Amino acid sequence: MKSEKDKFIIKGRAFKFGENVDTDQIIPARYLDTSDPDVLACHAMAGIDEDFSKKINPGDIIVAGRNFGCGSSREHAPLSIKAAGIGAVVAQSFARIFFRNAINIGLPIIEVKDFKAQSGDELELDLKKGKLKNKSSGEKYSFPSFPGFLQNIIQAGGLMERIREESKKGE
Amino acid sequence: MSLARNILSGKPDVDAKKLTAGQFIEADADVILSNDITTPLAIDAFEKHSEGRIAYPERVVLVADHFTPNKDINSAEQVKKVRNFAHRHGVKFFDAGCGIEHVLLTEQGLVVPQDIVVGADSHTVTYGAMGALASGMGSTDVAAAWMTGKAWFKIPEAVKIVLNGKLGEYVSGKDIILYLIGQIGVDGALYKGLEFTGQALKELSLESRFTIANMTVECGAKYGIMEVDDKVIDYTEKRAQRPYSPPPAGYSIETDKDFDDLMEIDCSQIAPQVALHGSPANSRSVNEIEKIKIDQVVIGSCTNGRWEDYVKAAAIIRGKKAFSSLRFIVIPSTAALYSRMVKEGLAEVFLAAGAVMSPPTCGPCLGGHMGILASGERALATTNRNFTGRMGHKDSEVYLSNPEVAAASAVAGYIIAPGKIK
Ligand code: SF4
Repeated sequence: MKSEKDKFIIKGRAFKFGENVDTDQIIPARYLDTSDPDVLACHAMAGIDEDFSKKINPGDIIVAGRNFGCGSSREHAPLSIKAAGIGAVVAQSFARIFFRNAINIGLPIIEVKDFKAQSGDELELDLKKGKLKNKSSGEKYSFPSFPGFLQNIIQAGGLMERIREESKKGE
Repeated sequence: MSLARNILSGKPDVDAKKLTAGQFIEADADVILSNDITTPLAIDAFEKHSEGRIAYPERVVLVADHFTPNKDINSAEQVKKVRNFAHRHGVKFFDAGCGIEHVLLTEQGLVVPQDIVVGADSHTVTYGAMGALASGMGSTDVAAAWMTGKAWFKIPEAVKIVLNGKLGEYVSGKDIILYLIGQIGVDGALYKGLEFTGQALKELSLESRFTIANMTVECGAKYGIMEVDDKVIDYTEKRAQRPYSPPPAGYSIETDKDFDDLMEIDCSQIAPQVALHGSPANSRSVNEIEKIKIDQVVIGSCTNGRWEDYVKAAAIIRGKKAFSSLRFIVIPSTAALYSRMVKEGLAEVFLAAGAVMSPPTCGPCLGGHMGILASGERALATTNRNFTGRMGHKDSEVYLSNPEVAAASAVAGYIIAPGKIK
């Protein structure tokens, strides 16, 4: 069991992708015939690299350019990435449905405009402090924390969990 | 006030003071939509977290349209799960062959102006053409809306788009939206709300407006909403399953200054467009492209699968044959449209041209079934996305156009302007 502090620290290697990575590349439609996270995990990023899921260790971090996750609303996209063991996605920007899906299911996603990393670089992310370090290059970055509304969802562990907490409070 | 904020300000429990860009609000959804791909995940989330009761079952619509009629055992199991859930909770369920959700819901009168529509499908934005605030979300959002009736929104910046000028021959909604996406790029409207007005909009058919609204998500927009005029009221009157209150007569954003950005488009300058493979933003005039040979033409989808689209395509291909080595696939997007195509002779026109007519389905649009491409193959489709691998093998290519360009190109065997075929 991770301690409260560790929950906000993510350490892993960078896997780098380009701009406008769309949901057909994250999880092609042919794999959408299931909602089982473990099956979806095997096909994460399969539109670009069929073997992606075999290469990652828990906590590894996807690094991408602008508009990551554009296209379909399929929640299978962030779900497959999370279930494959990816600790976080760092991109210059995210497509809006991917963004809300990731928040709703509790996959950490961070927008850092000028972040530089190569595949294989060792990264360290502190979600609470808003710090991102590329240990391989020595460069450090910071990012603003989420607005309160989203913080509440993230802290509850997802949207459904937050609704449950609130309905319990109301009882 | 922007069209979207006007709708939100009229909803219960929405604090009008919070309707500025960047604020988070929660609002009641009038329609909660999901399909055979997104519903199973929503069911999982719902059953894990709820007491098992849907707050407003009458608002829920489930449509089995993507992998239906089921292409394999897994997809059959998925639809079975959705069907059983629908029966258990007494919610609307459209089974295989009824139609593609975003054509079906408007045809069936399930969406009315001023509605808030949330859908676990990115093309939920389509309903903006009827003056509804409609936005694509995920499965968990839908599960949450089943539980509470509500969805969360971040108020986006609003961009006013004024459509001016008279449309040229063979130009329709598809060309306007492809042109717009080509101008601003696939993230040109990221996190923004697009609101359409202008003289050219008034002259557009509702079909063309649906096509434009449908593809606003292709430039990242949260919604693409349009002014409500007599055409929308007339369309709604004929179908609406619920009472509705249209915005007051004469309400227009045309001279409104309350927008974060403004874009004017002179539609008279737009030629029929083709989006080259890889991105809907790769659009250019069909007259400017080199000879691109194609193996398949697909006419249909939630983008261009309405009556006018089939009529226009049929007018081009009537009495002609599709190119010998080309697969010509016509997909009526609802059962009612299919029936009308048979009754009014359109089906015969397509079949005589050598078309395969599939049952209503999303099918090849998302690379599901009924027309998957092998490596190296190229299709021209009236659909909305042409990302790598969208219609099949990752080394296949998809080009996008309006139905007239698609029909002409089916005859020629390569992409061509409708005026140029013999
Ligand atoms: S027709 Fe294509 S874009 Fe439209 S809902 Fe179906 S898969 Fe999605």
